[in-house]
Amino acid sequence: MIQKAETSPATSPQKGPGSRVRFQSIVRTVGMAPILILLCLLFEVLSIVNAAGSWGEAINQVMNGHFWDVVISGRFASGQNLSIVAQQAAVNMVLAAGMTFVILTGGIDLSVGSILAASAMVALIVSNVADLWWLAIPTAVIFGLVFGMANGALVAYLRLPPFIVTLGALTAVRGVARLIGDDKTVFNADLQFAIIGNGAVYGVPWLVIIAFAVILASWFVLRRTVLGVHIYAVGGNEDAARLSGIKVPLVLLFVYGASGALAGLGAVMQAARLYAANGLQLGQSYELDAIAAVILGGTSFVGGIGSIWGTLIGALIIAVLSNGLVLIGISDIWQFIIKGLVIIGAVALDRYRLSSSART
Amino acid sequence: MVSTVHSAPILEMRDIRKTFFSVKALTGVELTAWSGEIHALMGENGAGKSTLMKILSGAYRADPGGEIRIAGKPVTIDDPLSAKRLGIAVIYQELSLSPNLTVAENIHLGRELSKSGFIDRATMERDSSPVLERLGADFGPKTLVSDLSIAERQLVEIARAVHANARILVMDEPTTALSSRETDRLFSLVRQLKAEGMAIIYISHRMNEVYELADRVSVLRDGGYVGTLTRDELSAERLVKMMVGRDISGFYKKAQGEHHKTGALMLEVKDFSDGRRVKNVSLTVRAGEVVALAGLVGSGRTELARLVFGADKRLTGELWLEGQRVELHSPQAALSTGVAYLTEDRKAQGLFLDMSVHDNINLAVFGRDASRGGVLDLASAARRATAAIDVLKIRVAGPHVEVGTLSGGNQQKVLLSRLLETAPRVLLLDEPTRGVDIGAKSEIYRLIDELAARGVAILVISSELPEVVGISDRVVVMRDGIVAGELDGSAQQPITQESIMELATGARITTAA
Ligand SMILES: Nc1ncnc2c1ncn2[C@@H]1O[C@H](COP(=O)(O)OP(=O)(O)OP(=O)(O)O)[C@@H](O)[C@H]1O
Ligand SMILES: [Mg+2]
Repeated sequence: MIQKAETSPATSPQKGPGSRVRFQSIVRTVGMAPILILLCLLFEVLSIVNAAGSWGEAINQVMNGHFWDVVISGRFASGQNLSIVAQQAAVNMVLAAGMTFVILTGGIDLSVGSILAASAMVALIVSNVADLWWLAIPTAVIFGLVFGMANGALVAYLRLPPFIVTLGALTAVRGVARLIGDDKTVFNADLQFAIIGNGAVYGVPWLVIIAFAVILASWFVLRRTVLGVHIYAVGGNEDAARLSGIKVPLVLLFVYGASGALAGLGAVMQAARLYAANGLQLGQSYELDAIAAVILGGTSFVGGIGSIWGTLIGALIIAVLSNGLVLIGISDIWQFIIKGLVIIGAVALDRYRLSSSART
Repeated sequence: MVSTVHSAPILEMRDIRKTFFSVKALTGVELTAWSGEIHALMGENGAGKSTLMKILSGAYRADPGGEIRIAGKPVTIDDPLSAKRLGIAVIYQELSLSPNLTVAENIHLGRELSKSGFIDRATMERDSSPVLERLGADFGPKTLVSDLSIAERQLVEIARAVHANARILVMDEPTTALSSRETDRLFSLVRQLKAEGMAIIYISHRMNEVYELADRVSVLRDGGYVGTLTRDELSAERLVKMMVGRDISGFYKKAQGEHHKTGALMLEVKDFSDGRRVKNVSLTVRAGEVVALAGLVGSGRTELARLVFGADKRLTGELWLEGQRVELHSPQAALSTGVAYLTEDRKAQGLFLDMSVHDNINLAVFGRDASRGGVLDLASAARRATAAIDVLKIRVAGPHVEVGTLSGGNQQKVLLSRLLETAPRVLLLDEPTRGVDIGAKSEIYRLIDELAARGVAILVISSELPEVVGISDRVVVMRDGIVAGELDGSAQQPITQESIMELATGARITTAA
């Protein structure tokens, strides 16, 4: 009874290596990298000019055959400064990695700065307890995890909007951070894990090593595990995800939990650098830098599209901007204005570039 | 033939080409339509029909070289607005209304009337009314679109086109979500528009609709133009041959009256209610049996299937699988018990349009294939994707292409593959052939038969009566949330389109078991 119907598309036009498709996806992952490189070049040139005193002087020196002297006079691309940039980027990278998970599901986490402050307080207080100092790091991370899971539970099970939940947490957890230390700064001059914030291995700061480890681990989770596919699926189409048998609430619980735990890790890194923590000031508006890094990295605000490599680039762009503007002596006020405009401009450029692959 | 009135056709498209990256979607297509003509556009899934119409509507820009003339004048269509100005209106399969606005507001969308800067609702409502009346709508301009059925929403789209004085109306597979009664109404409306002098371009995979409506039929194949037939040249063989390049005899068809060998009771639905659309429904499906769930759109079939699948909460009822009572509280539980459901709404509830074909096919089984710790088994995922693309003949450049760029019918095949990968014991298929071409349809029917032969219990929801008659061993007909009757194909209860319609509309009460 079964007759085979030969419906093979004889001259299928779209059989091909799909190399353009691959090219497109490379462009998508590379994304903002050219802008990062451009920014680095710009700051290097400007810092050279700064060192020489004026454009004319700089050009003069090059003309007179002091090319290499001029080039190495640039302070931006010096090994020392680049290491500073990486360290400045490190904490934001860790927060932004967590933020990437959350935004990929179509959510947002505004509370990471506050969680970072509270976890840092906890870390320092525990480090001051004589026999239990070694618990400082795990306690801080778990503390962050618990707050993150609380966010996640409200989003996943009570179906509250992520923006509202984490906006509430932003305020409430900030209060908790002040409460923990009686609204005072906590110090520990002999911080046992200070090496995390200030030490280096073969010249690579521990902060940078941790940040890259987090990025790598995030990549692995997103691209090589079932959980990762499910995160993309929930962000891409939540109804379809549920009907495909994905446990959507668990996925949401994970992403907010991860964001909280990474904020806890960020707290450890920050505390280790400062030997101190203050519930009121620490981590103020860190969530905005983390969100900016994710969006600069090309992750879609509505979820489902994006990559951790984009976030890495995004975090570096922000760090380079902050560092470079200070280096060439731009005033604090203008730094804010320029940073904001660059973020908007970069994303606009990105949208424009991708709009050629429009779809209905 | 219809050309006597005008000297030039209202629409001429010549040598239209469109390339998406390396994909040649259109390779020099032509299309000519006259005022007062219904012109059908046919072709296999991915042949380029929707792409051609999107070029006409300004959603895509054609590659340079081609030519479009409206009423004899060459035009360039750069964006949807310029298409609108030229009198072109398109009704896509995914309707493009704003559900949170009223009918009148939707009709005026993009051309809102205002009085000294304020939106002028009263006038908008007043001038929408005559259009709605003329089209025979039984709802007013103040109705919220979210309160309308799909057929009624379509009517709003048509009203919008008429209100904008469109001269060319494109309908891309307009009947896939309509019941047969709604389809009849749509057809008389289309004929009315034709009589008023509109040119209508009608895309459909259904042969009988094309026979009924079309004055001429143009056929595309693999992005190329094959030819145009006039009404008196039409024949099924000829059309199919033009579409697929071979003749129709190879198509699979279950022999009429032939039944599958059925085994033990597999699925028992007892007394299901959800308090809204489903009222005390009971039905059974045996292993290896294909049961069709027929009924009008809105009779509660989809709601019932979702209850069985655990996607919605039911108020009363018991579910039995292979003689054992089970509770399926979630789709996840259903899938791991071997119950799979194909949604009727592939875009909103089925596919992940930004994800690859590969990921979409594997989505429900990534977890099963993974090693402990949840690390993806990329090798087996790749194998599954390649095999599925092969078996269902999904037309795609490669497994890593995004599903959103596939043609409608090929998207449907991707969704179907995802279900089949879960190796279900019970398969609930909601409109499984929606939007797929005749060749693919016959492939899907063959697949259903093969699965039944392997002992899978299959419940098919379908609004296409020939399909119901063609594939089912038994038909359960629902009406207003209850089981109106059953047809087992015996001499007393023959499975015919007439007997199903009688039950579905309540014209006759049977004494079904
Ligand atoms: N935005 C896009 N990007 C890449 N390829 C595309 C895009 N849109 C369409 N295509 C490709 O163009 C071809 C034609 O698609 P189109 O949607 O026009 O087919 P169709 O004839 O409407 O098919 P169906 O009957 O299944 O709806 C397909 O191979 C499809 O994959
Ligand atoms: Mg189409």
